[in-house]
Amino acid sequence: MENKRKLFFSGIKDGIPIALGYLSVSFAFAISALKNGISGPGAILISATNLTSAGQLAGIEIIAACGTLVEMAITQFVINLRYMLMSLSLSQKADSSFTLLDRLLVSFGITDEVFAVASLKHRIYPPYMYGLVFTPFLGWVLGTFLGAFAGEILPDSLKSALGLAIYGMFIAIIIPPARKESGVLLSICVAVAVSLLIYYAPFIKITEGFSIIICAVIGAAIAAFVKPVKEDE
Amino acid sequence: MFFLYVLVMAIVTYLIRMLPFTLVRKKITNIYVKSFLHYVPYAVLGAMTFPVAFYSTGNIYTAMAGLVVALILAFLNRSLLTVAVASCVTAYVCGLLI
Repeated sequence: MENKRKLFFSGIKDGIPIALGYLSVSFAFAISALKNGISGPGAILISATNLTSAGQLAGIEIIAACGTLVEMAITQFVINLRYMLMSLSLSQKADSSFTLLDRLLVSFGITDEVFAVASLKHRIYPPYMYGLVFTPFLGWVLGTFLGAFAGEILPDSLKSALGLAIYGMFIAIIIPPARKESGVLLSICVAVAVSLLIYYAPFIKITEGFSIIICAVIGAAIAAFVKPVKEDE
Repeated sequence: MFFLYVLVMAIVTYLIRMLPFTLVRKKITNIYVKSFLHYVPYAVLGAMTFPVAFYSTGNIYTAMAGLVVALILAFLNRSLLTVAVASCVTAYVCGLLI
């Protein structure tokens, strides 16, 4: 019992830096959501049920554009496909004390950052994972709440500038690995090139959601073919 | 309709995370599938950023300025928070000057 509590609090502690980072990102998400015509409570509902940055942003764009539910499902699937790999990887480290219920609950909170921290462990235990998921979840929902609230009182000039925050964060995620791995750079260049083509070519009419899917699949497939990842990365 | 959208988002996102963690015990060995999954997030984020981010501030010049600053700072390995805040501040200041 004592040990369980210790593990839980060690997870809480490891989750704090993640939660702090999430505050600002989910704040920016809420601003984007308001700009796309979604209410504050609506934005909070999305954050509390989805817990993912890129997927949520694509989601509100589809909602704003009145896309179809099929488009929504496929977009979320493709954008969040990476979680499959992370979830798979973590399942290899899961201790035998994980019950089915533990697995069902903990897996809700597997985000890029939670994965990054958890994968540093040789073996993961349920109490630790509950803690590690809990603080980032709080940070994510609280940031959305603050953004939705502040979004109403901030001046327009500041709000429009904040619209850039989430893209700034995306750039900060993709550029450092692109410097190190030519395959990552290739996948980004191809995806961006296709995205620009779809957006600006006069005769191509594809919705935002499907455009992301097409770009991502082409970019990742070409990079995987040209630069297959070597063992255990 | 809004709730239906959110429901679809939440279910799809949850299933992706839950199914492998709950069911799969064997490791993926196909190198191309592994590589594809490895590259997907970067390709997604790249495509989500360009060209939509050019129009995210309502003024293409302030957005461009913010994005250039973001690219430079990201290249210098600055943290997510630093890059995001710096790009907003740049766009905001440019907006005041225009």
